[in-house]
Amino acid sequence: MIVLLPVAALISVALGSGLHAFWTSFTNSTALKALEQTLAISAIVAAIGSVMGTLVAWVLVRDQFPGKRILNAVIDLPFALPTIVASLALLGLYGTGSPVGINIALTKTIVAVALLFVTLPFAVRSVQPVLLELDQDVEQAAASLGASNLTTFRRIVLPALRPAILSGTALSFARCMGEYGSIVLLAAAKIQLASLVIFADVESATGSGNSAYQPAAGLSVALLVIALAVLFGLRRWGTDRGR
Amino acid sequence: MVVRPAWKYSLRAVALGYLALLLLAPVVFIFIKTFEHGFSTAWDYVTTPAAISAFWLSVLIAAIAVPLNTIFGVGTAMVLVRSKTRGRKILDALIDIPFVVSPVIIGLSLILVYGLHGWFGSWFIDRGIPIIFNPLGMILATVFVSLPFCVREVAPVLMEVGTEQEQAAATLGASSGQTFWRITLPSIRNGVAYGVVLTTARALGEIGAVAVVSSNVLGSTVSLPLLVKYRTQVPGPGGVSAAYATGTELAVMSLIVLVAMTLLAPQRKDAR
Repeated sequence: MIVLLPVAALISVALGSGLHAFWTSFTNSTALKALEQTLAISAIVAAIGSVMGTLVAWVLVRDQFPGKRILNAVIDLPFALPTIVASLALLGLYGTGSPVGINIALTKTIVAVALLFVTLPFAVRSVQPVLLELDQDVEQAAASLGASNLTTFRRIVLPALRPAILSGTALSFARCMGEYGSIVLLAAAKIQLASLVIFADVESATGSGNSAYQPAAGLSVALLVIALAVLFGLRRWGTDRGR
Repeated sequence: MVVRPAWKYSLRAVALGYLALLLLAPVVFIFIKTFEHGFSTAWDYVTTPAAISAFWLSVLIAAIAVPLNTIFGVGTAMVLVRSKTRGRKILDALIDIPFVVSPVIIGLSLILVYGLHGWFGSWFIDRGIPIIFNPLGMILATVFVSLPFCVREVAPVLMEVGTEQEQAAATLGASSGQTFWRITLPSIRNGVAYGVVLTTARALGEIGAVAVVSSNVLGSTVSLPLLVKYRTQVPGPGGVSAAYATGTELAVMSLIVLVAMTLLAPQRKDAR
């Protein structure tokens, strides 16, 4: 009830003013731009995140070095650290008056960095357990048959990891599409991302009747549908190819 | 797969460098910034009336959302794993909704249901229980966003544990209540604990959903994360430096949570 009722209200308000109003709520120039930017940034972040996440998982599983246990614990930091704190820290570190001389405040780069921070555990933690379970015999067999490391990785390791990597990518992507806390200080009014546009729409509708929330609800439903489609699509691809 | 040393070290360097830049640098930076004018300045920032009220509001939100979601989480996990009702699959899919839906959208949908002009808003307001733009709404939003954590941690453990011990208890004449408290709960203890830790972390740090349903009045509906955001918008002293202090306060709280996570993690592997 606590979950279903609000979602039902959201859809009802989104469609409540007619299909035309619903259509314009996410095809007007602001909303369309926001959706485009959100999709583009989410896709880039999910892609970089899954490559780096797999690399980090590999190092955590196969490499041995002092301090590995601590490093392993640090991966969960973005789950524990409030996103607004991450936002504040990144803004101070890579924004105006940066101590390291990198000023990328109000750029897409800093937004992407924030999203990489937030989604790091998804990318690493989905691959790590599968890599741990992976039977190294097959890899050794491949090597003994003369396969180079690159070939072994591409033909043996990667196919086994594919479902896990894609599931991590899907989770990261979904998180990016809706993320608010970590980017609110970084994007401001300069970069219009879907969640920020929805937030602004909600604020301007405050105090009015439910129908005033229609633009925000319409955009929300559009965003949700896209996120869900990508989520299920990637997972489907992962399991189909993995078989 | 035997990786040549050159590859091994470069992979290690890339991984460590990436993590250092992405994770460690921002956290260290926040601590340095907080204490650059001394400990007492930072202490003053986190003990202003607004900051203290924000702290207690955050604690209150977590204190209500966490037990609620723990009870619900264990119950739902039991239904998902142990019962064979037809609605089970639908329930399974519904549980993950808060993970997929943007927190801002969750806040919006709560306004549409419980707001002044919402579906049930006037019913509650007539009875003197305003929800939206009040702490109650913020608690509701937090319960919503942190709903899946406990279920998702407990369900796999419950599946792993199996029903043999429960059946044995039942044949020895234990009531279902006794079986649950004496057999089931102790065996899923670690899963529950980890779920509680994750729920707490999220409840303390949530901003998106809470921001939408908060009236943003200092001293009444501003939780710690909202205070950080508010303070970054204030110019001069009491602004960004104060935001860093509140950020550190939140970071310390979350570090405690992280340590709890790490301590529970090895036990979790044994349980699986």
